[in-house]
Amino acid sequence: MSGYRVKGAARLALAPSVALLIVGMIVPLATTLWLSFRYYNLMNPALGGFAGLSNYEFFLTDPAFGQAIVNTILLVGGVLAITIVGGILLALLFDQPMWGRGVARLLVIAPFFVMPTVSALVWKNMLMHPGYGIFAWLAMKLGLPPVEWLSNYPLFSIILIVAWQWLPFATLIFLTALQSLDHEQQEAARMDGAGPFDRLVHIILPHLGRAITVVILMETIFILAIFAEIFVTTSGGPGYASTNLPYLIYVQALMQFDVGSASAGAIVAVVLANIVAIFAIRLAGRNLTA
Amino acid sequence: MRSLRPILFKAAITCLGWTVALLLFFPILWTVLTSFKTEVEAIAFPPAFWPAGWTLENYFEVQERSEYFGHFLNSVALSLGSTVIGMLIAIPAAWSMAFQPAPSTRHVLMWMLSTKMMPAVGALVPVFLIFKSIGLLDTLPGITLIVLVGNLPIMVWMLYTYFKEIPADILEACRMDGATTWKELVYVLLPMSLPGVASTMLLNIILAWNEAFWTLSLTAVKAAPLSAFIASYSSPQGLFWAKLSAASTLAIVPILILGWISQKQLVRGLTFGAVK
Repeated sequence: MSGYRVKGAARLALAPSVALLIVGMIVPLATTLWLSFRYYNLMNPALGGFAGLSNYEFFLTDPAFGQAIVNTILLVGGVLAITIVGGILLALLFDQPMWGRGVARLLVIAPFFVMPTVSALVWKNMLMHPGYGIFAWLAMKLGLPPVEWLSNYPLFSIILIVAWQWLPFATLIFLTALQSLDHEQQEAARMDGAGPFDRLVHIILPHLGRAITVVILMETIFILAIFAEIFVTTSGGPGYASTNLPYLIYVQALMQFDVGSASAGAIVAVVLANIVAIFAIRLAGRNLTA
Repeated sequence: MRSLRPILFKAAITCLGWTVALLLFFPILWTVLTSFKTEVEAIAFPPAFWPAGWTLENYFEVQERSEYFGHFLNSVALSLGSTVIGMLIAIPAAWSMAFQPAPSTRHVLMWMLSTKMMPAVGALVPVFLIFKSIGLLDTLPGITLIVLVGNLPIMVWMLYTYFKEIPADILEACRMDGATTWKELVYVLLPMSLPGVASTMLLNIILAWNEAFWTLSLTAVKAAPLSAFIASYSSPQGLFWAKLSAASTLAIVPILILGWISQKQLVRGLTFGAVK
């Protein structure tokens, strides 16, 4: 009797979460899909009706689209390369005994908690500014001309900013993973004459394999969606040089008011993210049963 | 000699570690230092490291020019509001899936995770149009609702993994003693999983505070939290770096402290329990 009561309560307890996610996520997504097949422009309400695939054709043949895809991939790839290599090095460093290690670790992970708009503006103005920034001062010290970071290397600059924000995440996860490393095994390998490099390649890196997978998947999901950093630094420019897919869709929808083709672009972005998500969800699922 | 080598090694590692740590922390340190400079000092070239006068002027001016405190309160309301309401919805769900699993539970968990993987931009257009038509654009309830939906999967997942660590027998025993489901949840489960509940809340506060996609696209003058308000400093007219720094310092320090407190649990939350 009470078993039924509890079962009923359990289903009831789950309902609000499921309902909220359906209303807040699934319904909008379905609406996006529907809109992507409609003519819909906020500036031209007279135009309407079924558009077939023409929104997709318009979005996919736009030269900006090709560039946005390339930029999106470069952004994800660049940040992943920096944060994974850097994160492993930092984790190895901060796994060593040192004085004040706890405080030093806090300093290293701090950038992760800085809101994206603040970190982008601080980098843009106070570090990368060609006239008054710290980098310009360093260049002067080295006898080099100052670099116009955001106008000449916009995408690279954004990669640097985003990598600075995500390096702590990778470091933190690798540090956590290193702590579960078997120290006796390490010691045994050392006794057998394995040098630091051998131990790194044959013991430490394989041990970090799972953590690396997790970092790649989680960072990819978040960095595919980078938006605020571009919004406040380059506005996607010059031209489309630093426009990624989310930013292009935002411009299409809220600045050019072309709802139809923005929706088509959003569907393309969702499909792209899903390719990564499938692997991530499999990984989490394996973890669930273990 | 034998005892000296480890000490020297440790000293070398300490130097290297602290150099790296200070370099990575430098942009934040620089922001805090600049917030105490005058505007002239802030753009001095070559840069002046320490503020000459340690002025608090910028903090006052940021408030006077732009109702900074109002945006600060928006941030507080957004992060606390979405967290508290989110917990009220997520705790029952996580309890249900952890202690009364149905055959579908695994699929529900996976489905929730998959909604988090969906890029927010996929929902932008309809959410914007709906908010516009029912007057939720640039309102606190509107932005709170959408941020809450975005973070709900993480809350449910995190709570689920914490609840899973509590032996089901204990809850079973309470039920035998005649405790109602409600009492079981409030008097047994929550106290036992308090650290997990607290860290879930902390992570959610951090995520909501720093959320920038939805705040930039759905809020403006009235409901903008700091993450969106700060973006107004990106306009090119004038170099107000000292004021930008003061506004930024106030925006990041509270959350930085919360982040430092919850760093361990953060790993768990952001990896959906895959790394503990």
